Amino acid sequence: MNSVPWLTILLIVPAAGAVLVALLPKTAGELAKRLTLAITAATFVLALLATIAYEPGEPGFQFAQSYTWIEQFGVSYAVGVDGISLVLILLATLLVPVVVLASWHESEQGRRSAGAFFALLLALETGMIGVFAATDVFLFYVFFEAMLIPMYFLIGSYGSPKEQAQRSYAAVKFLLYSLFGGLLMLAAVIGLYVVSADELGKGTFDFAALRQMEIDPGLQKWLFLGFFIAFAIKAPLFPFHTWLPDAGAQSPTGGAVLLVGVLDKVGTFGLIRYCIPLFPDASDYFTPLVLALAVVGIFYGALLAIGQRDMKRLVSYTSLAHFGFIALGCFAFTSQAGTGAVLYMVNHGLSTGLLFLVVGFLVARRGSRDVEAYGGMAKVTPLLAGVFLIAALSSLALPGLNSFVSEFLVLVGTFTEYRALAIVATTGIVLAAIYVLHLYKRTMTGPLVHEENKLVSDLSLREKVVVAPVVALIIGLGIYPKPLIDIIRPSITATYQDVGHSDPAPTVQIAGANTGGNS
Amino acid sequence: MNPANYLILSGLLFAIGTVGVLTRRNAIVVFMCVELMLNACNLALVTFSRMNGNLEGQVIAFFVMVVAAAEVVIGLAIILTIFRTRRSASVDDVNLLKY
Amino acid sequence: MTPGLATTVLAAGAPEHGGAVHYTAASGVFELSWLLIVLPLAGAAVLLLGGKRTDRFGHWVGTLAAAASFVVGLVIFIALVGRDSSDRAVSSHLFAWMPVNSFQVDVGLLVDQLSGVFVLLITGVGTLIHVYSIGYMAHDPGRRRFFAYMNLFLASMLLLVLGNNFLVLYAGWELVGLSSYLLIKFWEYRPAAATAANKAFYMNRVGDVGLALAIMFMFATVGSTNYEDVFGAAAGDMIGYGTITAVALLLLLGACGKSGQFPLQAWLPDAMEGPTPISALIHAATMVTAGVYLIARCAPIFNETQAARTVVLIIGAVTLLIGCVIGCAYDDIKKVLAYSTVSQIGYMFLAVGLGPAGYALGIAHLLAHGFFKAGLFLGSGSVIHAMNDEQDMRRYGGLRRLMPVTWVTFGLGYLAIIGLPPFSGFFTKDKIIETAFAKGGTSGYIYGIVALLGAGITAFYMTRLFVMTFHGRPRWSTEGADAKHPHESPLSMTVPMILLAVGSVAAGGLFIVGGTLSDWLAPVVGEHGEAHHTLSPAVVTALTLVVSVGGFAGAFLRYQLRPVAAVAPADSEVSLLTVAARRDLYANTFNEVAFMRPGQYLTRFLVWFDSVVIDGVVRGTAAGIGGLSGRLRRAQTGYVRTYALSMLGGTILVVGALLLVRAG
Repeated sequence: MNSVPWLTILLIVPAAGAVLVALLPKTAGELAKRLTLAITAATFVLALLATIAYEPGEPGFQFAQSYTWIEQFGVSYAVGVDGISLVLILLATLLVPVVVLASWHESEQGRRSAGAFFALLLALETGMIGVFAATDVFLFYVFFEAMLIPMYFLIGSYGSPKEQAQRSYAAVKFLLYSLFGGLLMLAAVIGLYVVSADELGKGTFDFAALRQMEIDPGLQKWLFLGFFIAFAIKAPLFPFHTWLPDAGAQSPTGGAVLLVGVLDKVGTFGLIRYCIPLFPDASDYFTPLVLALAVVGIFYGALLAIGQRDMKRLVSYTSLAHFGFIALGCFAFTSQAGTGAVLYMVNHGLSTGLLFLVVGFLVARRGSRDVEAYGGMAKVTPLLAGVFLIAALSSLALPGLNSFVSEFLVLVGTFTEYRALAIVATTGIVLAAIYVLHLYKRTMTGPLVHEENKLVSDLSLREKVVVAPVVALIIGLGIYPKPLIDIIRPSITATYQDVGHSDPAPTVQIAGANTGGNS
Repeated sequence: MNPANYLILSGLLFAIGTVGVLTRRNAIVVFMCVELMLNACNLALVTFSRMNGNLEGQVIAFFVMVVAAAEVVIGLAIILTIFRTRRSASVDDVNLLKY
Repeated sequence: MTPGLATTVLAAGAPEHGGAVHYTAASGVFELSWLLIVLPLAGAAVLLLGGKRTDRFGHWVGTLAAAASFVVGLVIFIALVGRDSSDRAVSSHLFAWMPVNSFQVDVGLLVDQLSGVFVLLITGVGTLIHVYSIGYMAHDPGRRRFFAYMNLFLASMLLLVLGNNFLVLYAGWELVGLSSYLLIKFWEYRPAAATAANKAFYMNRVGDVGLALAIMFMFATVGSTNYEDVFGAAAGDMIGYGTITAVALLLLLGACGKSGQFPLQAWLPDAMEGPTPISALIHAATMVTAGVYLIARCAPIFNETQAARTVVLIIGAVTLLIGCVIGCAYDDIKKVLAYSTVSQIGYMFLAVGLGPAGYALGIAHLLAHGFFKAGLFLGSGSVIHAMNDEQDMRRYGGLRRLMPVTWVTFGLGYLAIIGLPPFSGFFTKDKIIETAFAKGGTSGYIYGIVALLGAGITAFYMTRLFVMTFHGRPRWSTEGADAKHPHESPLSMTVPMILLAVGSVAAGGLFIVGGTLSDWLAPVVGEHGEAHHTLSPAVVTALTLVVSVGGFAGAFLRYQLRPVAAVAPADSEVSLLTVAARRDLYANTFNEVAFMRPGQYLTRFLVWFDSVVIDGVVRGTAAGIGGLSGRLRRAQTGYVRTYALSMLGGTILVVGALLLVRAG
């Protein structure tokens, strides 16, 4: 099966789709929607097939392909996946068709045609798959930056219809902030190339070759910072987060789902894929800093979320808290925390994606993101309220729902290595309950205070179809996350072992207890 | 004759042209000064050609002449158009293209 | 994946601690223990996914699911009784949950003496309350949803008690919190209900942090979260005293949150905003006693740490007094019962805090309390139902003749809670007081006297409640805008009340006399040796009775023989203690001042900080660059001459530089 070039196929299908949809005449909006839905659904099926073909136990990258692209600089088109990137590709390809269906009407309200919206979406999907699949650092950088462009237009042209000025402000802020980070990374990428030319005799951007190098620790720190700041902006981590609430609030619903659900994962993915294996010494050196930022982020995001009135901003700030947990997991250097962190990326995509979808449905009905415009909605839209609650509960990591597994793994993994930090971070779960349930209370419960809310309709069939797969996964992955864990765990374990970290042993060994596991 | 004299002349002509371009306001005069500078260069090029005993300098001088001719055509056309619209040939009056 | 394939590990436990932990793999009927959870869960799923289509018969589906679970529970329990007494812990492995290298968490169930008893209590009382709700919620448009949530609660609670490792317990722990949240805000259009639900969830979450951290400690220390491994290590003295005390205290924090114990007691009375059957099932009989279950379950851990046990004792004693005192001041019948619950759970904490001598007593009181408090709540629901949702006891009075069945069943529950022999409360509470004295030393006397005092106050406020509701002259009218027409409740409501009343009469004697329950539970919580009594049991019993009768007499004199005002006296007319008790002894005020207000200020400050300072830096940088380019723009004057001059300057610079390089 490994002879099938899964990743190239996965890249070509949406890319070709983007071109196709872009070429359609402006009047063929309906055709563009259907075509996009078919293409993205097909992409998801392909990703599923690739996952089935993937063999979790095997070390290294699978479905790997490499063709020389720019020979003079040692750049090649090289793709391949390990467990970490595979689950993220799966997440991305799942969310895109969901978003397509969710944007069915919203895509018509922008400054450009619906066809352009879906072409941009497909281009974005190509970028997202590419960024996770690339095993050439230069190719990664190209995809990393290329993703910004469609997202910029999605925010700028299809964002909240009434706020022209804020919308373009948010789009430009997002673009410039990300570009700034990207440029730092470019500098570090070039630095890596120069180092590789020194060390290996011939400059290369090949990830596998680069991670074999022994880079001087002093230089590592600078290169690490170049990558880290780019990823910290992308993720975002405190204090590089201020673009997110603006972008999250002004994005169209579908854009926000993909922005927070997938795009931001590139940041945390980058931490675990590039920062840690390429710069192990620098990672160790900066670990206290990253952990501190992560824990601050958990509380800072949560407290700010509590203080928001704009629902979409609120959800964006909750993500800041969640990214804190993910970063904590990445840099705790235990296999539990690392696996939890990657699983958290997937789960956060689902739960926050769902939260954005439901908030988007509400906003589409009432045209206001202000919490005060709601109240008592559960009476008129019980189903919407129910889905909202499920998303909220997933966000606060209730056991039985997906996020719990990942959050607990992160915390327990961190605990074995950094006890005090884990204790502090765990108290953050109280704040998580407060920010989502407070939002739920203010919007869904109580008396119906606004007359116009009485006419609001419950979820339509299309919207039910949109949320159903996400809800099913939220519950399913909460009860039986083993398939994903089995994919992620070997890659994480290998990553940490390569940089010389192993799990601390329990202080007490019990005779015959199943320590060591069945790995 | 000492070729250096030609070079000195060329330098003088160039300097006169430069000062003219910088100080005169009439577009036509500025234009003529530009021509003066170009021809100063031509003189220098021909001199160098002579000094080095090959023809490259002369060839380039011809190129410069061609360019100068083309420039005169376009430049005069622009000046004429400006004069028609603004009734003035002063370069200081044409300052709309700024910050 | 194969059920029944359990890891059987003989841990190196020391038998004298009662902690030799050995679980047998499930076979036969025990392999079906997952049905206990799945049945109500399926009920909930059908009702929630079925939507309006199931409105007509939804309550039957829910009740049937609960009853079926009870039947399975009964079958399993009988099978458990049939096993050898040393072999009554049966563990079944269902599937792997979070397998990450050394962190292997499976979903597995443990049926043993302790969980078996709980299964019967939960499904039994649960089924009765389902039946009761058919009548109670008959006119509510959301009845289907109500039954769905109740089924969800049953499944979660069963998961909590049946889990064979701490993470499954934790899952059940939070899921019962969810069910409780959903049911408190069942009438979510009422702001008070929504607020109470959120408060309950938040305070429970504080407790959950403790439990979660305890689990992390266990994993970091022992490398496992299975009861078998953890208890084996604890009983085998393999864990350091500091660690085990920390674990025990964190577990206690979790227990306090769930059981409404000091300092996390404030949510429980507010939770009475939910429908009354919920108050009976979740906030009296089952969920709130989960804290006691947790401590009893973790007996091997608490046995190792005297310090943590002392904290349990103090919390139990303090809470029991807080509950009693506040219970005397409220006029809302459900609030009084709620504080009574707080106080009774305080007794249970006191009991389990006494260590091996008390675990079985705590559980016995828990079970007896499950019957009588559920009965009392259902009775109060019957009264509230009859009085058009009036909950103020000052507006009741003289209901005895109009609601005879409720009066009798409520009366039996009342006699049980005040501890009149031979009703159940007498046996269980008397034993707890006796054991508290038997602890010995000054502390034994203090706990004993507190428990004794609590018994007296309990008799006082329960008599007050009973008399104000059923006796005296009616303080309501059958006319006017506020007309009431009290009537006896329908059969579906009275039958469960009767059955629970029977339970409240019989349970205590059944559990305590002859040490039935303590023998049964001994393999789980440990044997306790002969108690050395400081006061002889007879003296303690006599004292208890005297104090209780005193409490009863006080209330009787004040509320039966003197007329009760239909409106509560103003704060200025009552004692300072009453004023404080009416304000929940300022617990809410404290929470507000210590946490809520500072939290709000902090949040507001951070919102300002984020937009002005952090985003300010970002926007400032952008503005700075913009300003700089604005300055530089000024160089574009529009005069051809300036441009020409700058070109000349540039040329001279370049040529100069070239010459310099050449020359240099």
